Amino acid sequence: MMSHTLVIAEMHEGKVRKSTLSAVTFARQVGAPFAILVIGAGAAKAAAEVVAFGAQKVLVCDDASLGNYVCERFAPTVAALVKSLAFDIIAVTASSYGKDLAPRVAAKIGAGYAPDVSGVVVDGGKLTYKRPMYAGNAFGTCAVTTPLQVVSVRQSDFAAAEASGGASEIEAVPYAGPDAAAAHVEFVSLEHGKNERPDLGEARVIVSGGRALKEQFAAVLDPLANLLGAAVGASRAACDAGYASPELQVGQTGRVVAPKLYFAIGISGAIQHLAGMKGSKVIVAINKDADAPIFQVADYGLVADLFTAVPELVTELKAQA
Amino acid sequence: MKILVPIKRVADPDNANKLKISSDAKVDTTGLEWKPNPFDEYAVETALRLTENGANTKARVGEVVVVMFGPKEAESTLRAALATGADRAIRIDANDADLDGDVVAQGLKAIVDKEKPDLVLLGKQTVDSDSNQVAQLVAEYLGWPQATFAATIRSEGDKALHVGREVDGGTLHLKVTLPAVVSVDLRIVAPKSVRSAHTAEGHAYPDGVRFAALMAIMAAKKKPLVEEKLSDLVPGATRKIEYTSFALPPARAAGIKVKSVQELVQKLKAEAKVL
Ligand SMILES: Cc1cc2nc3c(=O)[nH]c(=O)nc-3n(C[C@H](O)[C@H](O)[C@H](O)COP(=O)(O)OP(=O)(O)OC[C@H]3O[C@@H](n4cnc5c(N)ncnc54)[C@H](O)[C@@H]3O)c2cc1C
Ligand SMILES: Nc1ncnc2c1ncn2[C@@H]1O[C@H](COP(=O)(O)O)[C@@H](O)[C@H]1O
Repeated sequence: MMSHTLVIAEMHEGKVRKSTLSAVTFARQVGAPFAILVIGAGAAKAAAEVVAFGAQKVLVCDDASLGNYVCERFAPTVAALVKSLAFDIIAVTASSYGKDLAPRVAAKIGAGYAPDVSGVVVDGGKLTYKRPMYAGNAFGTCAVTTPLQVVSVRQSDFAAAEASGGASEIEAVPYAGPDAAAAHVEFVSLEHGKNERPDLGEARVIVSGGRALKEQFAAVLDPLANLLGAAVGASRAACDAGYASPELQVGQTGRVVAPKLYFAIGISGAIQHLAGMKGSKVIVAINKDADAPIFQVADYGLVADLFTAVPELVTELKAQA
Repeated sequence: MKILVPIKRVADPDNANKLKISSDAKVDTTGLEWKPNPFDEYAVETALRLTENGANTKARVGEVVVVMFGPKEAESTLRAALATGADRAIRIDANDADLDGDVVAQGLKAIVDKEKPDLVLLGKQTVDSDSNQVAQLVAEYLGWPQATFAATIRSEGDKALHVGREVDGGTLHLKVTLPAVVSVDLRIVAPKSVRSAHTAEGHAYPDGVRFAALMAIMAAKKKPLVEEKLSDLVPGATRKIEYTSFALPPARAAGIKVKSVQELVQKLKAEAKVL
């Protein structure tokens, strides 16, 4: 049977999130014809952002009641399209949006769900997925046994698709209305830190700090991050203690990142942290404990007190700029 | 409020005990410690906080029922939850190998249909499979609203919850009316993350989950723990995802220690070419 993939885009403030392009890369690797669904208030306008990526169609579901993401309002339209347009693979990037939405869609359409996959192998029309488990300490190879399959893909492992030119046909699709359960859930607000830095998922350089930074977290790391145009990340311990805001957490249960350059500063290197950054191209660790596990994954380790080493690093970089 | 908390026990790799893969490409858990899934311990703590006055954690206002799909030897995890304050436990006898998120979610739906809780409170993910799906699946099977990755929960009487969800880039606040499904994130056990309708505004809990006193551990042995069969709950349940093999992650090439900040900058520029 000919397969046919539906990529679900993610919208934020009227635009398509760049993370969507990881799911597009997945769809290209699968190799079957694919469509991209842009769903949300303002989708009609945002759809133009994804017409040059080789999708057969860009489907647009634009409805005023889809202004803020609530799973119970988004999932029914995805499920209805899978049926009416006969998609058999449904893919979304494993952001917090994708992780919330994909399983509910899977349950609606009776599909198996492969979460957070880092790779796909296509063999004679059969897909197998590779996915990290046990905090990245093992990779499982798995297959979905149902005819329909839902997949969420790791942004850190599927590089954002490059535009391939051309223009996909744009087609408006009807809003299938909310689930009955939507009557029992109400969007209240979305608080997001005024972050002028690049997103952790997209940054070329990340400067991450741990518990060791204490109240000086921003004072010590910001000058370095500013200089390098870097995103700032944190360990769980730094977030739990309130030194860094929770959305900065990198790790098994936080953001999974794979920048060109990752600084782990005053971070011990617990497996849960490593699970979120081991895929970085170059890792630098600064830690005063020469035996800290972070040094086992660091390409360049500096055993030093971070409170002197980081300001020195800033001075050195400025001097050489 | 009656709360159902699904809990699982997991083989936990840490920095000392590394996971092994057997010659036939299966996960070998020998040497690993079996622990309750940390997120499920947080869910139990959250359920306790939601069914009490924070100033008097001995008296429960409502009921907390813990449920596990797993083998007999995993019962100690249920007993541990009873010792911290849960009222009753249910174990659905099953081999881990016959389960996946979907089978668990279908089984939970069957239990909810019988138990009729106001809230199903789960961990956001199990740290062995790292799947992050059971809450969302069971919400759909029940036709209930879902609030995943909860970092804060405030109850509004016994009718509704205000949930602060940790999402990429911030916190998304939802109000759900009960019955509902909520999955909890790491920071749900911070001192002021959960407030029940019975707890005074501003009450601060100790950070993290509560420990059971010796007396409570003894008493937990007498609390009800019933066993059911998976095949009775979900006849003919089959997995929707099958694992064929496992492998260790590729090792990272050993790095070097630099002696100074100057050397670091020089290496990053000349050798790694990332600056
Ligand atoms: C279910 C679960 C999920 C988790 N998920 C995550 C996750 O997603 N991400 C995550 O990061 N963690 C996660 N953790 C927590 C993880 O296990 C560790 O506790 C955490 O990563 C430790 O953070 P840290 O390295 O900042 O703190 P610590 O372990 O306290 O390490 C601090 C380090 O700083 C060094 N140091 C101290 N002072 C200085 C100084 N002046 N100069 C230089 N170095 C100094 C110390 O030598 C030490 O190595 C999770 C845990 C659980 C149970
Ligand atoms: N075997 C199980 N028994 C009871 N609860 C489970 C089981 N597996 C998963 N869960 C629950 O579902 C949550 C999410 O798990 P998962 O979707 O597998 O990552 C866990 O935190 C538990 O609350």
